[in-house]
Amino acid sequence: MSGYPEIFRVLAYIVGTLAFVGLNAAFLVWLERKVAGHIQRRIGPKEVGPFGIIQSLADGIKLMSKQLVVPERADGLLYRLAPLMTMTTAIMVFVTIPFGPALVARDLNLGMLVIFAFASVNVLALLLAGWGSNNKYSVISATRAVSQNVAYEVPMLITVATMVMIVGTMNLNEIVGQQGNLLQWKIFPWNGSVMLPVAFLIFFICALAETNRAPFDLGEAESELVAGFHTEYGGMGFGLFFLGEYAYVFVGCALTSIFFLGGWQCPLGWAPGVHWLLIKTYLLVFVVMWIRWTFPRTTIYGLLNLSWKVLVPFALVNLIVTAALLKVF
Amino acid sequence: MTPLLSVEGLAGVVFLGFVLIIILGALVATHAATLIRAVTGLALCLVGVAGVYYFLGSPFLALMQLLIYAGAVCVAIVFAVMLAEPQGVKKFKRMHPLAGPGAVAAGTLMAWGLAALAFKTSWPKAATRLNTGALDDVGRSMMTTFVVSFELISLILLVAIIGTLVLGRRGRSKA
Repeated sequence: MSGYPEIFRVLAYIVGTLAFVGLNAAFLVWLERKVAGHIQRRIGPKEVGPFGIIQSLADGIKLMSKQLVVPERADGLLYRLAPLMTMTTAIMVFVTIPFGPALVARDLNLGMLVIFAFASVNVLALLLAGWGSNNKYSVISATRAVSQNVAYEVPMLITVATMVMIVGTMNLNEIVGQQGNLLQWKIFPWNGSVMLPVAFLIFFICALAETNRAPFDLGEAESELVAGFHTEYGGMGFGLFFLGEYAYVFVGCALTSIFFLGGWQCPLGWAPGVHWLLIKTYLLVFVVMWIRWTFPRTTIYGLLNLSWKVLVPFALVNLIVTAALLKVF
Repeated sequence: MTPLLSVEGLAGVVFLGFVLIIILGALVATHAATLIRAVTGLALCLVGVAGVYYFLGSPFLALMQLLIYAGAVCVAIVFAVMLAEPQGVKKFKRMHPLAGPGAVAAGTLMAWGLAALAFKTSWPKAATRLNTGALDDVGRSMMTTFVVSFELISLILLVAIIGTLVLGRRGRSKA
């Protein structure tokens, strides 16, 4: 077997993922501003293109044309490295996401683990950004973001372990394959464990917190921390953090829909395909935005308490009950 | 000699790339001026090691290496440094005159020991793969062949958690 088709596959993946991450961020920024506008009884962007849909493109060009300024007292190397790192991990997590039955860059048996492994490295990027900026607000924000990420990784991974016990595989495509129609979706309690709706809630809350989205966006609490760990970043450095954040929002929602809502399967079992995953994921993204513009920000103690005192115990109970159920039946 | 543009040749290039990353990361980790940069080097080194694991056909180990070492251990170290040390570049203190030669001696001894171990061990042939690395096999071997080490590790973790709780409890008022 020749090695060349593999190389083309890798190229196609890189180009496709980069394009998708960029377009996804542009679309989500526009959607976010529209959703925020309408929730606050405004209109949102409307000047550039119909319904302002090209607004993000204009913003992107503006960001790219800006000069990159490295603060004088910053650690230049780490300061430049951090946005690249966040982008690299954001691209890597797309390797195993099954967009369709055949549309997956690499159909690994440990696909789920790939996503969590690279997402956990992203935390390091946030820390380096905060530290490299040499700005006290950035450092405080980075420590917050990290303690939050570490705290919510625990219930998230416990829930994921529970899901793995139920579906018996870490291959995301196989997980989707088990959910052929609406009644087989893993969100419903009759598909393996009575605790599945709870697992869905825990997972979704953790996904919100892991992507630093409101009401858990303590890392960028504008009223106390200027703009969080990317306070010192301008131009495309800031742009890359934004691309990364929206990529992770997409990945979090895509994972939720893959685990619990049948991924690329149609609810009625008609025509499975990419469109179903995108519809479900963007609906979840809309819910994320809805939550962001409806709920006020929590405090850092409230946030950590929610994880350690509510989500972790519930996740553990979920794990034990599911294990017992699987053993008995 | 395998041609460079064959699967084996490219695999060799990839392997050398990982080795280069490991060496580069190790050099950064030991020569950096600030602790944070050193940890970044360590993270780079660990990512390289994960790459070698993947190259040698254990994707599970590689991903766990990323998740635990690069994602958790390095983050914990950086976190501790950020909380404990004020920012800014620190001057290193002068070392004891014997420190340099001592380090060289210890390093040589270690390198010699590892090399001796590597050459004396009868390595299994590269073709014999123990299992497919799938979840099933990993779980099975963890619960049968390696069950003692598995239980010991959980015990150590439990002790660590309790120890942290005891330490954390002290010096905290009722709140």
